[in-house]
Amino acid sequence: MTVFIIRRLLQSVVVVAVMTVLVFAGVYAIGNPVEILISQDATEAERAAAIARLGLDKSLPEQYLSFLGNLLKGDLGTSFVFGEPALQLVLDRFPATMELAVCAMLIAILIGVPLGLYAGLRPDSVGGRTIMTGSILGFSLPNFWQGLMLIMLFAVILQWLPAGGRGERGEFLGIESSFFSWDGLSHLILPAINLALFKTSLVIRLTRASVRETINLDYVKFARAKGLKPSRVIGLHVLKNIMIPLVTIIGLEFGSVIAFAVVTETVFAWPGMGKLIIDSIFQLDRPVIVAYLIVIVFLFITINLVVDILYAVLDPRVRLSEQKS
Amino acid sequence: MWKSLSTATFAVGLVVGAMAHAEDITIAVASEVTAMDPHYHNTGNNNQIVGLIYDRMLHQDSNQQLEPGLAVEWGPIADDVWEFKLREGVTFHDGSPLTAEDIVFSYERVPNVPNSPSSFATYTAGIAEIIVVDDYTIQFRTNGPYPLLPIDLSTIQIVSSENPDATTEDYNAGSASIGSGPYKFVSYTPGESIVLEANKDYWGGAPQFDTVTYRPISSDAARVAALLAGDVDVISGVPTSDIATLEDNPNIVLSQGVSNRVIYLHIDSRRVYSPFVTDNDGNQMFNPLQDVNVRKAISMAIDRDTIVEEVMEGIAIPAGQVLPEGFFGVSDNIEVPEYDPEGARALLAEAGYPDGFKLTIHGPNDRYINDEQIAQAIAQMLTRVGIETAVETMPRSVYFGRATGDENGSEFSLMLVGWGSGTGEASSPLRALLHTRNDETGLGRTNRGRYSSAPFDATLQMALNTVDDNMRAALLARATEIAMREVGLIPTHFQVNTWGTRTGLRYIPRTDEYTRPTNVVIE
Repeated sequence: MTVFIIRRLLQSVVVVAVMTVLVFAGVYAIGNPVEILISQDATEAERAAAIARLGLDKSLPEQYLSFLGNLLKGDLGTSFVFGEPALQLVLDRFPATMELAVCAMLIAILIGVPLGLYAGLRPDSVGGRTIMTGSILGFSLPNFWQGLMLIMLFAVILQWLPAGGRGERGEFLGIESSFFSWDGLSHLILPAINLALFKTSLVIRLTRASVRETINLDYVKFARAKGLKPSRVIGLHVLKNIMIPLVTIIGLEFGSVIAFAVVTETVFAWPGMGKLIIDSIFQLDRPVIVAYLIVIVFLFITINLVVDILYAVLDPRVRLSEQKS
Repeated sequence: MWKSLSTATFAVGLVVGAMAHAEDITIAVASEVTAMDPHYHNTGNNNQIVGLIYDRMLHQDSNQQLEPGLAVEWGPIADDVWEFKLREGVTFHDGSPLTAEDIVFSYERVPNVPNSPSSFATYTAGIAEIIVVDDYTIQFRTNGPYPLLPIDLSTIQIVSSENPDATTEDYNAGSASIGSGPYKFVSYTPGESIVLEANKDYWGGAPQFDTVTYRPISSDAARVAALLAGDVDVISGVPTSDIATLEDNPNIVLSQGVSNRVIYLHIDSRRVYSPFVTDNDGNQMFNPLQDVNVRKAISMAIDRDTIVEEVMEGIAIPAGQVLPEGFFGVSDNIEVPEYDPEGARALLAEAGYPDGFKLTIHGPNDRYINDEQIAQAIAQMLTRVGIETAVETMPRSVYFGRATGDENGSEFSLMLVGWGSGTGEASSPLRALLHTRNDETGLGRTNRGRYSSAPFDATLQMALNTVDDNMRAALLARATEIAMREVGLIPTHFQVNTWGTRTGLRYIPRTDEYTRPTNVVIE
């Protein structure tokens, strides 16, 4: 187990190294951030000074080496735009994105699994068909448009919920979060639904497919024949066996929800990491882009690790130490 | 029934809301500030907000005309010495008096802000020495005649000298954000909000709103939705495509005003070969844009009225020079060039290009209002007179670096750009865009077309050394006339900005495009 975790962490270091090289080369190829940052009235000397101050006058390999040197000291660089430590900027926005992601995944699981189960058990019923047709909508409507429609309906026409932004944070057990205040929750609902719609559809379809597959297997038939109550057959035997694909997908999707909430955060002006990264890309703020991607890489690696450990918990046949990859 | 009922509820809700919160205001702007340190980053987004917390020596009104700020009287006492009399009895938000010492401290801090991506040092570089005569009198000795000193000083915020070592972080956290302006700093949550409260003791009178909240909402559609939903009271940058719908909405009031921003084409007029000019067979050719008649033909081929009416949906003003009428140094003798495709063809033939040539126009697609569509429209118009024009647009992060290019000049041949005159007078665009490029003096730094004209340079130089306002205005107008006659650049239109407010409020437009609570009128 320990060896397994250590091997995973070493792999992540390789991924981060490759990723930073790509980002450095990529941002370097796009252009010079000073052109965007500097005042139009600045003189040539001031422009040169700004370039030198940001270290952009050095060659690309030199810039990369000095970045690596600082990285070993735990310093991911200072934002070109904000002048603050890049990692700090990313971590400051982390809780907001996390709130949104957790809320969206909860919605996806709590709605997706029961609906998928129903559609899988009664595939030909009106309800089952409606659920499946509905899930196509969840897949195919563009996220951006969905968000705007939610705002139009619930914020502009009905005026039930705010159109965007993050509300007040409540405090509970020393943790500050939107979950603990009504204002915070009311701001969280629409963006969370927006982010959850696609995932919900995915969970519905996956659950349904797995149920359809499992329901005809011998052990289920046997359990039925034994005279077990349907609730026990489904709740224990079926559900536990469809958990492996579900946990995989939910884990991966949780990572992608955190990493790519960009569209939702932009439409709802949610002050999370996605908003920060998109602004940073527009302004070629390389230290922030790199810091963000490093955080995301570690996040994915951690989630995958947790998923692998969960496999072992869910399925006694899985032994982690046997996995080579 | 349902509809009328809900409208009625909505109206009641608005009235109640207006009564309960008349003294608070929430403003949504398109871009985030980068710091609360007023000397950290010279950008309009930051300046519009920090300018509420701090005062400047002189202020710029809604039309960028100078008005007294911390200085009540000012003027040159010699060609290179200016004297400013300070307002007495001004206090900082912490109660300490604002004196000459704070002003000297602020100007000395400006060039020394660590990590500043774009410093204000441009505006203090011309000052040779600051002489404090007494607590309320300051003299500036400048490097040569410096008629723009009052305008340049109007861009620099005065901070308290009681925090000599305050860092940008201290300003962001609020511990150093102590100014003397109409609003006090309350909180700054990056990406989320900036909250200010009224400074009841402001020398200009207590401001009308108790609390001001700025929220950054970058998506145009989301910003409009926030206004419609009643989440915010004022928004900037209403997209032109939404204006018609919002005008019919009884709960929304739109305000429009011309900005100091001209949208224009820079033309590669110096190089023998230009990267995106070819003959009709795609072979390299001598750069026809060197010929003033070709440039004139391009200008005549552009139907500015159609751009304004169709592309900008009527929300712009056709331009024939670098600033709209009413600004200092604008020429009264310049007409907007008339659309004349026949004349353009004739001029091209006369210049030796009866069959035209091929060209690519480059432009940004996320910087100016409808920028991509404007470039497309211009390309079609040029193609119509025989200059077969392709369009290439790109995000600003890529575009501006390539448009500026390196020592060999721009990477492009014909480019769509804009220029907002931060000083609110004509010398700003003239010296940056049209003067022969000179890296030592900084003149012509943004002259991407490398237009160079001795008579223009001489006239502008003379203007920049003339302290007398009337003389200088005349010289600037004269310089503009030379550059427009020689088609140093081709102005297309002046951008008009649109603000949206909820009913009960109205926005007084600012030419500098700032969105400030001090320009909101309660009706």
